[in-house]
Amino acid sequence: MKGAKADPVIITGARVMDPASGRDEILDVRLKDGRIDKFGASLSAEGLKCIDATGLILAPGLVDVLVKTGEPGAEARETLRSAGNAAAAGGVTTLVVSPQTDPVIDDPAMVDFIKRRGRKRAAVHILPAGGLTRRLKGELLAEVGLMKEAGAVLFTNGDCPIGNAAIMRNALTYAGGMDALISNRPIEPDLSANGVMNAGDFASRLGLGGIPAIAERIMVERDVALAEASGTRVLIDQLSTGAALDVVRQAKARGVKVYCSVSIHHLTLNELDVGDYRTFARLSPPLRTEKDRLAMVAGISDGTIDAVVSGHDPRPAEEKRLPFSESSPGAVGLETLLSGALSLVHNGEVSLKDMLYVLSASPARLLGLGCGQLEVGCAADLVLFDRDKPWVCDANKLRSKSKNTPYDGRRMQGRVVMTFVDGLCVFKRQP
Amino acid sequence: MTKRYKDTFTGPHLLGIAGLNRLEVESLLDRAEDFVALNRRRDKHLDTLKGRTLVNLFFEPSTRTQSSFELAGKRLGADVINMAIKTSSVAKGETLIDTAVTLNAMHPDLLVVRHSASGAAALLSQKVDCAVINAGDGTHEHPTQALLDALTLRAHFGDLAGVRIAICGDVVHSRVARSDITLLTLMGAEVRLCAPPTLLPASAGQWGIEVFHNMDDALDGCDVVMVLRLQRERMTSACVPSTREYFRYYGLDRAKLSKAKKCALVMHPGPMNRGVEIDSEIADDLAISLITEQVESGVAVRMAVLAALAEGET
Repeated sequence: MKGAKADPVIITGARVMDPASGRDEILDVRLKDGRIDKFGASLSAEGLKCIDATGLILAPGLVDVLVKTGEPGAEARETLRSAGNAAAAGGVTTLVVSPQTDPVIDDPAMVDFIKRRGRKRAAVHILPAGGLTRRLKGELLAEVGLMKEAGAVLFTNGDCPIGNAAIMRNALTYAGGMDALISNRPIEPDLSANGVMNAGDFASRLGLGGIPAIAERIMVERDVALAEASGTRVLIDQLSTGAALDVVRQAKARGVKVYCSVSIHHLTLNELDVGDYRTFARLSPPLRTEKDRLAMVAGISDGTIDAVVSGHDPRPAEEKRLPFSESSPGAVGLETLLSGALSLVHNGEVSLKDMLYVLSASPARLLGLGCGQLEVGCAADLVLFDRDKPWVCDANKLRSKSKNTPYDGRRMQGRVVMTFVDGLCVFKRQP
Repeated sequence: MTKRYKDTFTGPHLLGIAGLNRLEVESLLDRAEDFVALNRRRDKHLDTLKGRTLVNLFFEPSTRTQSSFELAGKRLGADVINMAIKTSSVAKGETLIDTAVTLNAMHPDLLVVRHSASGAAALLSQKVDCAVINAGDGTHEHPTQALLDALTLRAHFGDLAGVRIAICGDVVHSRVARSDITLLTLMGAEVRLCAPPTLLPASAGQWGIEVFHNMDDALDGCDVVMVLRLQRERMTSACVPSTREYFRYYGLDRAKLSKAKKCALVMHPGPMNRGVEIDSEIADDLAISLITEQVESGVAVRMAVLAALAEGET
């Protein structure tokens, strides 16, 4: 445990919100030996370090299901340390790193390397995702069992989806025997070839190649069918369209073990944010229509969406300061994840409790982790935030090595004040 | 030429037709009309742009647009240099910004740019201090082509209000079509599109214009038929099965043209694929083809744009 030797701390006066249990009251919380030690109306602070959190909300640290860093192989984009710092400043206490590194995370040695490196360098918990196919080429199965034993929490091909249905079927059938969680990006590769933004009127007017919504739906339909046939747990990685979300909703109703995530950018932005060829708004999947955005938001409240993620994908300036179609897709999001989510709460689009649930308890449960809840004895991975604090997002002030956020210049409301990992304060915002 | 124009168009850039209003367009066309007359004289030289530097920056090969801009600049007395930049597709973007910064340090006054990526001219305009003219960016806009089409049409119809124009062919991949649709609609013309559905944007129906998939219906009562170039690579991407099938249904020949008005005129932005989108017989019929007039208008329109931007600068 990172903070096993952390001094006992008492946090007083915070509104304690635990989306897993539904607890929502003003309480004092004592942290000891890296764990939540006690809740109480007015705990004795005698001899303990005391943090006055009056007016703030205390919630489980966020769990981000799939984050890209550049370590190893592209450290100029992001290292585990810089991603960890960004995560801590964003209230994210556990993150799963994508296997899309160089070399690729597709064997147990790499899984072990990421775990050890993360423990040593990063302020938050770093968990590796294993590659589902060797070198992520979508051809040969990677060593799912050995990687799972080494600590990989899910298996994915990153953002290059497995287009070949036979390979996907084998991967799911095999991984089912290991009780592994498989994640796939829902984009039909041929239909989205040459596309750089949502297909539609706006793309036509800008003269940009479109990625049609149906490319997502077809892939989701396929993966749902394969999940149903194999019985394996499948996480649909970052949905963006209402039609595909409907497919997941219906599958869940039938009892298929299918789960889905959505990125905060797809909940808060739409295709019009591409505006005048803003490459920071070039994402994968692309930003969709306002109707799709609203459908995704509704998916949080009705329980169809299991995880809200940052979609963190750091890209340095040289990959973004290009004509739109030649730039790389992706946006950083770890540091702005909670603020983006709070903007939906402030707009009255989703309740704070539902939002916190898909940011912490639900993804933790999906990954089989013990975190994401506030119970005595649980690891003290916590975020303390001011839900109303207004601020303006300045990309240059982000802690990520890459500054590509579509929120640049945007007025935000709500911000992380402190983050604890295993009872240790890993981030404190200077007033 | 000391004549004053109702100069509403002053720049600072010409990146597209979208964003221009009708007065700005009219002022450019008025100016261009005078340049048409000038260009027919033996002495075509003015010194409107004396001492100014015009850089033609072409990331995509072009003969007519580039030479048209070059002539326009030279006839107005500017110093003109042509930079044709051949790049691998990977390094292209880097070259764009790097070249922009380098060029900017040489203090050009007017920068004409063509690039294969939509939005490239707009991006460049953010990085340099001089006026940027979009000479075609990806499948986005080609504003001077639309202006020259409007000038050519104005010479024939005077007012474009109510003139029925069918734009036929590969609209989805055409920057010319996007600029033309915007401009001709702005001028009051009744624009129609005709192409197989694979060559039309799915959303074209929302553009306030009529969309057809059948040439006979589309050309009915048209004053003008504008034919777009069909690029050969469209055949390999399953947009159309073959050139002969395309010509059969969408190639402009006498039989299809007979559905339009009796004295209907034909335009093509060039270069033409004879026997694919247009029958040679039509292309070469000087009584109905405006194709060479379009080229003539091109130089005049580009002179008008350069002159207006240079004036706007001071």
